[in-house]
Formats: sequence, structure tokens, C-alpha cells
Amino acid sequence: MRKQSKAPIVHISKRSALPWYGAWAIRGAAILLALVVCAFVTTALTGEDPIGVYKTMFAGAFGTKRKAWILGQNLAILLCVSLAVTPAFKMRFWNIGGEGQVLIGGLATAACMILLGDKIPNWLLIVIMILASIAAGAIWGAIPAICKAKWNTNETLFTLMMNYVATQLVAFFVIVWEVPKGAGKIGIINQTTQAGWLPQIGSYKYLLNILVVAVLTILMYFYLSRSKQGYEIAVVGESERTARYVGINVGRVIVRTMLISGGICGLAGLLLVGGTDHTITTTIAGGRGFTAVMVAWLAKFNPLVMVFTSFLLVFLSRGASEISTIYGLNHSFGDILTGIILFFIIGSEFFISYRLSFLKHTKKEG
Amino acid sequence: MFDFVSFFPRAVMQGIPLLLGATGETLTEKSGNLNLGIPGIMYVGGICGVIGAFFYEQTGNMNGFLAVAIPVLCCLIGSLFMGLLYCFLTVNLRANQNVTGLAMTTFGVGFGNFFGGSLIKLTGSEVPSIALSATSAYFSRSLPFADKLGVFGKLFCSYGFLAYAAILIALVSSYVLKRTRVGLQLRAVGESPATADAAGIDIARYKYIATCVGSMIAGLGGLYYVMDYACGVWSNDAFGDRGWLAIALVIFTIWRPNVGILASILFGGLYILYLFIPTGTNLAVKELYKMLPYIVTILVLVLSSMRNKRDNQPPESLGVPYFREDR
Repeated sequence: MRKQSKAPIVHISKRSALPWYGAWAIRGAAILLALVVCAFVTTALTGEDPIGVYKTMFAGAFGTKRKAWILGQNLAILLCVSLAVTPAFKMRFWNIGGEGQVLIGGLATAACMILLGDKIPNWLLIVIMILASIAAGAIWGAIPAICKAKWNTNETLFTLMMNYVATQLVAFFVIVWEVPKGAGKIGIINQTTQAGWLPQIGSYKYLLNILVVAVLTILMYFYLSRSKQGYEIAVVGESERTARYVGINVGRVIVRTMLISGGICGLAGLLLVGGTDHTITTTIAGGRGFTAVMVAWLAKFNPLVMVFTSFLLVFLSRGASEISTIYGLNHSFGDILTGIILFFIIGSEFFISYRLSFLKHTKKEG
Repeated sequence: MFDFVSFFPRAVMQGIPLLLGATGETLTEKSGNLNLGIPGIMYVGGICGVIGAFFYEQTGNMNGFLAVAIPVLCCLIGSLFMGLLYCFLTVNLRANQNVTGLAMTTFGVGFGNFFGGSLIKLTGSEVPSIALSATSAYFSRSLPFADKLGVFGKLFCSYGFLAYAAILIALVSSYVLKRTRVGLQLRAVGESPATADAAGIDIARYKYIATCVGSMIAGLGGLYYVMDYACGVWSNDAFGDRGWLAIALVIFTIWRPNVGILASILFGGLYILYLFIPTGTNLAVKELYKMLPYIVTILVLVLSSMRNKRDNQPPESLGVPYFREDR
């Protein structure tokens, strides 16, 4: 028998809904606290004063026009992947396969550019690229979804494994298409003819990507909050039984949502390969599939808020990479800072949904 | 010709980190915590061991016992902290387990690569890796009579002590889970925390202990990889995606650490099969062979979900935080 050694000091109870400004105040405080901790960690490792460190980070993100554009480009791609995974998450379908879906979309784009380049008119090529990349991503996303809908297969691991299958597929084709033979990489595709390169708006290389993603953000916002399908997604996510009861075909919603989710990931692959990089490597997605999970979750699946959360994460990684270059630290420093900030934000959610009340009671001897 | 005698030991050595990771994750999942931070924890375990060994090697004179004990201890402490962090966020603060796990993986991999990179800088070496061959020699010392036993010795006795420890840990965990009161209560916590709570089981304590012990076991997997498999050479990102494979292995073995012993060797074999299949000059095909472990995992996932046997299901409340006042 265990003795009842002490009465609880704190009583935890669920809050009734906190007003939005209260919730954001708590999150803001958590981020601020996290930044302070990060500053301490950075100071300990670099010996610089924390304010100087943040100035360096800021310079790394916005310092020059070029850096600001790169920030915008990274922000756009991360936001695009985050938008893609959001409908799935809202449905409680843990799609951590964004990485693979982006890769496979990129692979489809590259395949069109290499195999069809110069054989058909450029506008037709670009149309085919768009269709192919979206279809490839959608198929990659739908395979786990079909299994989930039919046999309730664990989607977290399935989508995760699909990432590696996609990575190896890309590795395979990189060797098949490598230029020159034995180089182990493809290099810039259609460098001279620029066939299949997405058009550039004015002299701004990244503007097209940013505009596409901006439109996508607004569309996704309305899709999730104003459309019937968006509502179905929310119902399935909240309670599958309720969804079935009111006559929603849960399996169909799952597969349809993952087609959309994968398709948008494929589009991100198109923007990366056709829009900016004009080549494909196994690391082109750069872990965005995982970061996107956190972006979407931090924003509580609201596409408009995601602009800010993905900005926060991109800013951190760009800034941290500047710090690591200047102070000669390892590039992974950014991951540590990101991790710390995420821990704080994750922890802060508790204080939004629960209330702590300290109990006063006389100490019993016993 | 397929050379089984040289293939099997390598498959085992590939499999041991997976086995340790999977055993740790199984314990964790039995308590209802789905810890997706295992890949990060294995990185942290590995790098903490490397840091310990690095500074011990700097002192010059090495003693066999300490050369093993210090890295192991550092590794255990490092992974324990990660486990505690995960528990604090998910048990006390009831955070979403998937998100917490992914954040821990980001953090852990960054932590490993950062300190690995810093150590590499400290040594000022030309190649981007640290070699701790002296410590590694202690870790990978095989049984003294292995050479005399010919093929049998090579197949079963040629591994470092951590490999045998891994198998022992898997067997013990399996026994504890299946045959002891503690195991029964732990499974109860994972299946239905409300029932377990009503029966007077301290949910938070079981979750904490299972997750922390699980993290420490997984951390050892990272240590084994660096010290034994990689011969004491730490290079950034070398550990790769083994942590994720370990999580897949948990499902592959339907939450049974003793099955994990054979399954991990099978996985290890699939992982390196491409090295042993003659493909001639066609390098591209090798990349396709590397897909094998993932494809097999997917097939097992789908098949086990299709069969849908009651014995083969994940713990009922896996991934769901427990709050007593919730209804």
C-alpha cells in the first residue's frame, strides 16, 4: 500500500475558451521567453552579447536585397508545403510525407523538362509539367490515404516510408540522367534553351513563386473555412463517428483530402524545380515536409496565421545560418535554436487550454 | 556469389542500432506515448557518448573500464534528458505527441551535428569526422575465443559487448512486459489510462519511467552505431534515417521486443543488401535496392492492418494524452 504522502499543490482544470488575444498573448510571451533562452545559449557558445547576435540574425535575414528575396522564396516554399499538409492534419491524418510528395512532384517536373524539352512548344511543356507534378504528388499522397481508408493503416509511418522511397527514386533517376556521366548530379536542365523554365516576372527570379503561394494561401483559407468539403474535413477530424452518423463518407473524404494535400506538395516541387533551381537533387525538399508539420500546428491550421509561423521558422533558420557563418559555428546551430523555440511554443499551449490554481491547505502531519 | 558469412555479421551490426531503438520505442509506446523523437534521441545519445569519449581520450592514459563506462554514462544521461523533456511536455503539459516528437528530432539531430561539427573543428582535422579509434577498440572487442571457432565464431561471437547487451535488453523487456506485474500495469496504462488510474496505478510515473528508460535504450543504439559499427568515427548526418526505421520496426514486430531481435537483423540485411547484389557497372540500380527496407516496412504495415487481428493492434490510447478530469 502506498501512503498518501502529500495533497496536490496545484489544481489543473480546463479553461473555457480563452479570448483570442489572451491565447496570442501567451504564445507571444512563450516566443519572447524562448528568444531570451536562445540568446543565452548563443552567448554561451559564441561569447557575443545577445543583442548583437540578434542584430546579426536580422542582417542575415534582411541584410541585402538578395537575402530578403531568398527569405521570401524560402518562406513561399515552406508555406506552400505547410498549406498542403494542413487539410490532412485538420482531418487528424498525420501526413509527414510532405518531403516525399515534394520530391516526387519535382521529379515529375524534371522528367518532363528532360524528356520533352525542345520537342514540343514551351507553353505546352509548362502545362504538362504543371499537370504531371500535381498528379505525381497527389498519387504519392493518395496511396497511404487509400490504405488508411480501407484498412486503417497507420498513416504516420506509411507516409514517412514513402519519403524514403521517393528519395531513392530520385537518386536512381539522378544517376540515369546525370550530366556528364559519372558526375552524380544532373546539373542545370536545359541551360541554353531554358525549355520548361517557369517564366520570370520582370527581373525578379522569385516573384512568381511568392505570388503563386500567396494566391494559394487565400484559396486554402476559403476552402477550409467556407466550403462544404472544408467543413467535412473538420467534422472527420473532430469525430469520425459523428461524421459517419451524419452520412459523410469518411473514406472518400480521407482520399480526397490527401489527393489535394499531395497535389499541393507536388506543386511545391514544381516551383522548386521548374521555378528556381532548374535541377533536382535528393535534398531539394530540405526537411520542409517535417518543418511544415510544425508550421501548420503552431498556426492552429489557420492558413493566414501560417504566413507568420512559417516566417518565424524561416527567419530563424536564415538568421542562425548567418550566425554560424560569421562566428564559425556549425550550420546545425539553427536547428538547435528552432528546437528550443518550438519546445517553448509547444509548452505554452498547455497554459492556453488549462488553468492552474494553487491550492492553499494546512499541512497535515502524517 | 552471395557471401553469407561476410553478409550476416554486417547485417547484425546494421540491425543492432535498430534493435535498441525499437526496444526503447516499444517500451515507450506501451505506456501510450508515441515518441517520434527517437531519431533525435539516438543522435543525442551518440554524440554525448562521443563527447565523453573524446575528452577521456584527451587525458592520455586510458583504462579499459573507464573508456567504456564514461561514454556509456554520458550517452545515458544525454538521452535521459531528452526523455525527461518529452515527458514533461507530453505528460505534464499534455502537448501533442507528434509535434513534440518531431520538434525533438529537429533539436536532437541539430544537437548531434552541431556538437559533432564543433568537436571536428576542435581537433582541426582535414576530414569532416572525428575518429575515436582507441575507445572504439574497447567497444568492438569481440569475445576472445571468436577466432578459434571458425565460421560459427564469425557468425555469432564476433560482435562488441553492446550487441549482446542489446539482445539481452530486448529479451528482458519482452519478459518484463509479458510476465511481470510491472509490465501488466504498464500495458494497462497504454491501453486504458482511465481504467489503470481507477485501479490505483500512478499514470504519470509509469509514463515517465517507461519513456525515460526507452529513451536511454534508444540512445545506446546511437552509441553502438558510432563506437562499434562506425569504428569510432563520428561524421555529421552519418546516422541517417535509422531512427525512423527503428520506429517502423516497432510496428513490424507488433510491439514485441523479442521478435525485434530477428526482425532487426532482417532489416539490417535489407539495408545493406545492395552492397552484396552484383549489379556490375549499373550504379543506378543500387539506388533502387536501397528502397527495400522501406518497401518491406510498407508492405508489413499494410498487411498487418489488413489482417486486423486483435493481438496485433497498437496500444489503445497510443498518442492520446491523459487528463483525469477529461471525459
